Amino acid sequence: MSTQPLSNQRRPMDFQSKSMRINSAWRSAMNYLVSGLSILATIIVILPLIAILFYLVYKGASSLNLAFFTHIPAPVGELGGGMANSIVGSAIVLLLASLMGIPIGIAAGVYLAEFGRGTALANAVRFTADVLNGVPSIVMGISIYSLIVMQQKHFSALAGGVALAIMMVPTITRTTEEMLATVPHAIREAALGLGVPKWRTAVSVSLRTASPGIITGCMLAFARVAGETAPLLFTAFGNQFWSFRLDQPIAALPLQIYVYAISPYDEWHRLAWAGSLVLIVMIMVSVTLVRIFANRGVLKGGS
Amino acid sequence: MSSPRMTTENESGSGLPNIVPAPPAKFVSDPNPVSSAPAAPSMIREYLNNCDSGAMADKSFAAVMLLCACSIFAIVAFIFGILVVHSHLSLAQFGWKFFARSAWDPVSGDFGAFPFIYGTLATSLLALVMAVPLALGVAIFLTELCPQVLRAPISFLTELLAAIPSVVYGLWAVFVLVPIMRDTLGPFLYKFFGWTGLFEGANFGVGLLTASIILAIMILPIISSLTRDIMTAVPNSQREAVLALGATRWEMIRVGVLRNSRIGIVGAIMLGLGRALGETMAVTMVIGNHPEISKSLFAPGYTLASVIANEFSEATGDLYLSALIEIGLALFLVTIIVNAIARLMVWAVTRGAPARVH
Amino acid sequence: MGVGILVENLNAWYGSTHTLQDINLHIPANHATALIGPSGCGKSTFVRCLNRMHETNPVARATGVVKMGEIDIYKDASPVEIRRRLGMVFQRPNPFPTMSIYDNVISGLKLNGFRNRQILDETVERSLKQAALWEEVKDDLKKKSGASLSGGQQQRMCIARALAVDPEVLLMDEPASALDPVSTSKIEDLIFQLKSQYTIVIVTHNMQQAARVAENTGFFLNGKMVEFDSTHKIFTNPRDKRTEDYITGRFG
Repeated sequence: MSTQPLSNQRRPMDFQSKSMRINSAWRSAMNYLVSGLSILATIIVILPLIAILFYLVYKGASSLNLAFFTHIPAPVGELGGGMANSIVGSAIVLLLASLMGIPIGIAAGVYLAEFGRGTALANAVRFTADVLNGVPSIVMGISIYSLIVMQQKHFSALAGGVALAIMMVPTITRTTEEMLATVPHAIREAALGLGVPKWRTAVSVSLRTASPGIITGCMLAFARVAGETAPLLFTAFGNQFWSFRLDQPIAALPLQIYVYAISPYDEWHRLAWAGSLVLIVMIMVSVTLVRIFANRGVLKGGS
Repeated sequence: MSSPRMTTENESGSGLPNIVPAPPAKFVSDPNPVSSAPAAPSMIREYLNNCDSGAMADKSFAAVMLLCACSIFAIVAFIFGILVVHSHLSLAQFGWKFFARSAWDPVSGDFGAFPFIYGTLATSLLALVMAVPLALGVAIFLTELCPQVLRAPISFLTELLAAIPSVVYGLWAVFVLVPIMRDTLGPFLYKFFGWTGLFEGANFGVGLLTASIILAIMILPIISSLTRDIMTAVPNSQREAVLALGATRWEMIRVGVLRNSRIGIVGAIMLGLGRALGETMAVTMVIGNHPEISKSLFAPGYTLASVIANEFSEATGDLYLSALIEIGLALFLVTIIVNAIARLMVWAVTRGAPARVH
Repeated sequence: MGVGILVENLNAWYGSTHTLQDINLHIPANHATALIGPSGCGKSTFVRCLNRMHETNPVARATGVVKMGEIDIYKDASPVEIRRRLGMVFQRPNPFPTMSIYDNVISGLKLNGFRNRQILDETVERSLKQAALWEEVKDDLKKKSGASLSGGQQQRMCIARALAVDPEVLLMDEPASALDPVSTSKIEDLIFQLKSQYTIVIVTHNMQQAARVAENTGFFLNGKMVEFDSTHKIFTNPRDKRTEDYITGRFG
């Protein structure tokens, strides 16, 4: 082993020894290999996205025309027709869902951030909201079916709205809470110190200061449920004709896309692509618009 | 050198006293310091003094907020309750054996959930096998390797993937992925991996493998964005400590980052699993919808979620409906458990980190 | 016009920490009273007890009697009503970031439902003038956000905000500690002018500041009030050895 038995000092490390050089080469090879693999992974992930977007635009744009936005579906075998009733139906169901889900979600978030901070109850609510967020949408669908549709004996727009509202609540609650947590405590103290009641402080100071983030959060929750099909299958059910009644089955864009996609007719496939493109564009435009507005609001408000 | 304090005194020069203060004023001479003859109170003062203290409004506001917060418990309890109530027929008829039986015969009223459980687990796990390495790669690339310029667009693109509705993924899978599977990827797999026995039988393009691939694409953004958050939460000092020992970048990532965030990453993977287990539309559109258990990945299958989606609205007979609702109950309980464990794991890691701003 | 404050046997706790112990004190009307002491001695807690801001922290509580004029603030009124009578200025400027300068100044009235436009306009002008900020901001009252002002301007705006509700007492918790020397001197100037109309209680860790603006000074140490007397006496001839040690810079 040691050729210098007299020396009790440690031998200095020889960085040029053969074993060290092999080790070093191996380590740097590993380094490059892993870097390369992670770049490859990123490319593999981005490819299907680009493929999906490309197909949507390619297939969808070629099938879009004015009739798509103004006509109701044509009977089987006939060319043409559109999804006007589905677009309006989706809007109605989503409006219902937002009217129910957004106030409850924001209120629960206000409780978590302003009243229950640090309490066991708040932690439990937060945890339940996170877990509820992961419950499959189809389960929401059959629960609402059992609750509303079974009692009313028929499918309805209202049932669809309730199902989507329940899906919006946990997301909105958590974003609202996170956004309120970013509001500095000093601002609340300023309001309380002026003798402003706590509820007024929460509404006019905390919520108002956090509003850009909360609006974005609501919009993201909205976009998420806008594309949901499964909870609508047994609640809103779908409708080939115009319907504006809340207690009747109503058409919805994702439902119509599903029905057309699994049908055997080319004409319907064409409409399914067009519908998907419209759906995605509507989701993205609304999210981007709100983001731009929200950002501008933040800038205007300073800090 | 004059201190800034001195400068300000010179600047102000508006009758400020020097360090020796003004003589003590009324404090001693005023025998009753708590009173002072008020002039006529201003209108503002009068308004504020008479203004309602808001105690009632405060209490009711807090109560309403609490009520809304508790509604989240109510929602979960209500879903659970209603599923139990409406599946009691099937629960009573088949008991626990329901989940081990393979029969699915609506005509004779014989139901078992085993093929659906198999299909769900097979597709979800296969999707995880495909998605996890890729998601980790993307997260590592984004947090550790990616040049600053590319970071925002790539994370935007991956988050865009998460915003695409399930039914659109399904549509794409039906018209793009299925033909690829049928004509290109399937024969290729059969030729080179046929000996494993996993790629036997007729290949129609629809089946377990196709469903797994579309699931993998769908859960990728969830896992990778969560993993990215978790890896960002690892303090930089950890990275520097490892780098200072002469480690290469990969060693730094492995020792400094991955080891510190492994619990959170497992949590992120479980969240992805939860999403995969409950995913309905895209899977229903490409899995083939046939309740059979086959070793081949080309074979059609059925999942818990897709059997509900397909058969619920045409289920005739109370037992049939009840069996489907029991499947929903099983799906609910399993995803709740998986999500609860996953959330606890993610919380354990990111608790100290600042809230993410979207 | 201001009113005096009478404090008897005030005790305060944060969780299990006894942060204020048996404070007895007369704060005379229409004078400035300074509270000095090393950090953590309870002087901030004391002023927060005077307008019941102390209670906004769920683990905090206080006992004792605090009388403002004829009102016993812990018995005769709700915290909200008390805080409307006492203006408070905090350590760091805390403007409402989403509101314009105008709305910031008037927030104490608007958020309490006061709607008379003409009086609101007058109040904004009056309080900004009192806070010596009017000339600097009068052209973009409604255009600029309160958060866009400089730190010193923000603090003066916060003083204007406290003055806008026409308070009887003005509590200032180290109002200049986060500001540069020029802004500090402006704030001190302001206090000097305001104390003829309001009862001012100012917490400071800067002894010169206390000496410059206040007629009376109290010295806090470890949750107790060691000495309270005219500022002149405290700084030239303190009774207590600990006060002397602190004044002469031997600790703290």
